[in-house]
Amino acid sequence: MAVAREDLLTQEIELNMGPQHPSTHGVYRALLTLDGEKVVKVENIIGYLHRGIEKLAEDRTYTQVIPYTDRLDYLAGMLNNLGYVQTVEKLMDIEVPERAEYLRIIMAELSRIASHMIMVASMALDVSGWTAWFPPFRERERILDLFEMTCGSRLTVSYMRIGGVAADIPPGFLPALEAFLDDLPQMIAEMNGLITGNEIFKARCQGVGKIDLETALAYGITGPNLRACGLPFDLRKARPYGIYDRFEFDIPTLNNGDSYDRFVIRLLEMEQSARIIRQAMAGLPGGPVMAKVPRVIKPPKGEVYHQIEGAKGILGFYLVSDGGNKPYRLHIHSPSFVNLGALPRIAEGGNIQDFVVNIASIDIVLGEVDR
Amino acid sequence: MNGLIEELQRLFPGIQGEEGGDMPALVVPADQLLAVMKELKERHDFNFLADLTAVDFRDEKRIEMVYHLLAVPEARELRVKVNLNRQHPEVSSLTAIWPAADVQEREVYDLMGVIFQGHPNLKRILCPDDFTGHPLRKDFQLNAEEGRE
Repeated sequence: MAVAREDLLTQEIELNMGPQHPSTHGVYRALLTLDGEKVVKVENIIGYLHRGIEKLAEDRTYTQVIPYTDRLDYLAGMLNNLGYVQTVEKLMDIEVPERAEYLRIIMAELSRIASHMIMVASMALDVSGWTAWFPPFRERERILDLFEMTCGSRLTVSYMRIGGVAADIPPGFLPALEAFLDDLPQMIAEMNGLITGNEIFKARCQGVGKIDLETALAYGITGPNLRACGLPFDLRKARPYGIYDRFEFDIPTLNNGDSYDRFVIRLLEMEQSARIIRQAMAGLPGGPVMAKVPRVIKPPKGEVYHQIEGAKGILGFYLVSDGGNKPYRLHIHSPSFVNLGALPRIAEGGNIQDFVVNIASIDIVLGEVDR
Repeated sequence: MNGLIEELQRLFPGIQGEEGGDMPALVVPADQLLAVMKELKERHDFNFLADLTAVDFRDEKRIEMVYHLLAVPEARELRVKVNLNRQHPEVSSLTAIWPAADVQEREVYDLMGVIFQGHPNLKRILCPDDFTGHPLRKDFQLNAEEGRE
C-alpha cells in the first residue's frame, strides 16, 4: 500500500512539562514545542514558589530577614545567610571576630559540598543511575548532622548573624567534621566509579546542552556552569570576601561546556571545598563568635551591593537603607534565576530526553528562582 | 576609575559620577543608557551584566533603575543608575547587549511596573498573568485580598 509522503510529515505539538514532574527539581514548568522528539522551543514558566521575599523584607527588621534567606536556596542555607549578613555588615562597617570568620568559612563550604552532592545525585538519578543516589545522600546526612549539632537546624539554619554567628560549635563537632572529610574522597571515588566513567552516563551527557564561553557570559551564567565552559572565574579568588584570601585552593575548570562537564566540575569543586575546610580547621582561633553590635540594627542611609560565590553561581544582595531599622529595598540576585533564563538557549535543538539532562545539569533550585 | 567617568562624560555630557559609595557609580539619562552600556561593554571591559533591578522612591516621585556591571575576569564593579518618572517609567531594554537582561527585565516589569522598550517578550514572570498591580511599588498593600481581582 502506497502512503502519500505528506501523511508522514510530523506536526509540532506543545507539551507541558511540570510543574509537578520528578525531573524538574521543584515546581518549575516548561512549555515545550516539539517536532517529533526534537525540542524546537522552550518557554520557562516559573513563579509557583514566589513568596515575595523581597517585599516581605521591607517590613522586617534587618535581623528578622535572616530566616527568609534560608528559604532561597534551601539546599545551601548557610551560603545565603552569609551573603545577606555580609551585605549588612558592609553597609555598617562591622568587623566580625576572627573565630566567627573561620566558622563561617567552614559552614559555607560544607553547604557548598551539600548542594553539589544533591546535584550529582539527582543528575545521575535523572538518567536512571539509581544506585548513585545513595552515596551523596549518605554523606550529606553527616553535613546536616553537623549543622544540627551547631544550630539545631538541618536546612533552614539561620546560623549567621549580623556581626558573627549565632553559636559556637559544640564539643564533638571538629572530630565529626574530621571524620566526614576523611570519608569524602571515598564518596567521590564511588561516584566516579559508578557514574563519571560510566558508558551510558557519558552517552547521555557528553555533548548534550553545550554552551560556549562567550554565550554563557552573555546570558549571565555564573558558578560551576561557567567554569565548565573553561573560565576560571570564582569570586572567592577574583574578589575575595570575608577571609577567603587566606586559603589555598584551585579553581577547577573544564572546557566542553556540556552537561557532562557541568556534572564533573561539581565533584572537583567538592575536593577544593574540603581543602578549604581543612585549612580553616587548622587555623581556627579562639575568642568570641559575635562582634559587639547595637541591639537595634540601623545601618546608615545608603546603598550597597555585595556578591558572593554561591553554590549555584554568583549570589548578590542589593540593599538600600533609609537609615531606619528595616531595609528600604532588598533585591536578591539569584544565580538559579539567571541560569534558568539560559536554559531555552541550551536546550533548543536537542531531544526531549536531553532536556531532562539539561535541567539537571544547570542545577536550579526553585526557592531561589522564585524567591 | 575617575578617568573612566571623565572619559564617558566627554562622550555623554549628561552623565554624573557618584562618589563615596561601595563602588564607582554613574547616573545616566534614560535616553543615553543604551549607548553608554555599549560603550562600557565594548571599550571598557565591563562585559558582564551582574544584576539589574529597580527601587521605588515614592516620595521623590521617581523609580530608579540600578544596573551592576562586572568586568570578567578581573572582577571590577560598576554601578549605573537611571532615574525614571514614577508615573510612566520607561527605559530601553538591554536584551540586545546582554541576553541576561531578558528575565531580569521581565522581573522588574512584573514587580515594579517599568516598561522596557525593545524587549522581545515583556510579560509577567513571577506573578500570575492575571495579577493586577506591581508588588514592589511602595504603595502596594500587603493585604491578602488586595492585588487580586
